[in-house]
Amino acid sequence: MAIPKVCGIETEYGILFKGGDVNPITASSIIVNSYSKGNQDLVGWDYIDEHPGNDARGYSLDDYLFPEYESQLVNTVLTNGARYYVDHAHPEISTPECRNALEAVLFDRAGEEIIRRSMQIANEGLPEHSEIVIYKNNSDGKGNSYGCHENYLVSRLTPFVQIAQQITTHFVTRQIFCGAGKVGAEHRGLTGKGHVQPAFQMSQRADFFEEEIGLETTLKRPIVNTRDEPHCDPTKYRRLHVIAGDANMSEVATLLKLGTTSIVLAMIEDGAFPEHLTIKDPVQAIRQVSHDTTLNARVLMTDGRMLSALDIQIEILEAARQYAADYGLESVDTQVGHDVLVRWAGVLNDLETDPLIVANIVDWVAKKRIVDGFAQRHGLQDHDARLKAIDLQYHDMRTDKCLALRAGLVELCAKTDVRTAMVKPPESTRAYFRGTVLQRWPNDVIAANWDSVVFDIPNQGLKRIPMPEPLRGTRALVGGLLASSQNPSDLIEKLSSEF
Amino acid sequence: MPEQLKKTSQSRKSITPPVESKSNLGSTSKNLTTDLDSLLDEIDEVLESNAEEFVKSYVQKGGQ
Repeated sequence: MAIPKVCGIETEYGILFKGGDVNPITASSIIVNSYSKGNQDLVGWDYIDEHPGNDARGYSLDDYLFPEYESQLVNTVLTNGARYYVDHAHPEISTPECRNALEAVLFDRAGEEIIRRSMQIANEGLPEHSEIVIYKNNSDGKGNSYGCHENYLVSRLTPFVQIAQQITTHFVTRQIFCGAGKVGAEHRGLTGKGHVQPAFQMSQRADFFEEEIGLETTLKRPIVNTRDEPHCDPTKYRRLHVIAGDANMSEVATLLKLGTTSIVLAMIEDGAFPEHLTIKDPVQAIRQVSHDTTLNARVLMTDGRMLSALDIQIEILEAARQYAADYGLESVDTQVGHDVLVRWAGVLNDLETDPLIVANIVDWVAKKRIVDGFAQRHGLQDHDARLKAIDLQYHDMRTDKCLALRAGLVELCAKTDVRTAMVKPPESTRAYFRGTVLQRWPNDVIAANWDSVVFDIPNQGLKRIPMPEPLRGTRALVGGLLASSQNPSDLIEKLSSEF
Repeated sequence: MPEQLKKTSQSRKSITPPVESKSNLGSTSKNLTTDLDSLLDEIDEVLESNAEEFVKSYVQKGGQ
């Protein structure tokens, strides 16, 4: 049987420093540090003891410009179990491990609000006329891309080659409902002879994939990434690290992205993915699909058929429905799995009838509707800078500037739940243990990672609590124990006697 | 099940759309046009004033 599809999202955000010559690493560091320093009440860190004279909003830009300021030092773990850090000159948030796709949507949304709060605090401390602006997108339109990665728990028993072969079909075609949309194309020359560069395409990322499979994430990006770093028991699990996706502004698109992929991975583990459903040239096909917003482009399958992305998705969906009937959807959370199946069918059906119907849930359709409408209203040509500005500003994290917030996208998460998820961990995975101990004993935790927490215990030294099982450390398993522990020493004693 | 789905692929079985799939949108084309008009009004107001300069300055270091 398929193992539980624990999942999460890592988002590298785009960043601009306006009104000053500040490099993006420094700007990203200001953002991440602002959140910790300015938000001690929110995240539960007691910084007052460490920096008694430091007013959270009183620092100046100069504080950050010392040469010894190093981005690798900016690496924090939040009380919601997430990791917030600077990576490759971008601020990045990794959600905590979630038990299902819907929970991951909530923590991705919490990540957005953490970014907004960081931006607000940072900008209040910057000199007049300076501003840091953050974008949840994946490309600058000039050939530079940064990722939104998904992670899924998969069984070590399933041969990786099988996972790679079969999941590729889904990655190439799921863009039709989870592409974030892009004005223009990048990496010309990779799209084949006679191919007309599109004025608008479905995906931010499709232009950047050059290999079918490989270890790289920054150069010669592969559709399937082979990084083998499970952050849990490596004898039992893999963490499938997915780099072939866009950062979504639409919550439903994020749900579909993670939800359908979780189901497909469960099918692969149970040998229920249609074996014949593989694409002859996935690298060519991922661009072909992205570049054709009419949804008519057909790609060559290894069995000789010519199918559209929609045809392929419908075959995957049919197999998924059969899988749900035969095996159940417990591995992806039964309720969430069935909701995803319904939405998946709906979006495919609507895309086929008229893509405009899904302008409220599919980012590329929402963005294209604005771009086309604006071009028509003002009589603009395809390459007018205003259309590219709309593309970028769709992803602007400032609420007064963000176009996605104005596009009428359906919301799944209640605002109060998002606020709670900014500070409290999911209860359904080991993130519960990590987040809760950070909240309760911030001064006693000296290091926290995905698979361990290290306490500094008076008179005993450092105590490392390993967490090799993503589904241990849940509220159901350790909630009572944590609540009844007076201090970390007490907790460790109880843990060693109970486990 | 809409006819169009059947036309484009002979191998397809029925894809039942979710009950609420179209209820969120204000789905008549007239509504869509009205919504788009007011949306575009708003975008005229909030779009970066110097689009060319903004687009040019939006340069990122490549990430993962």
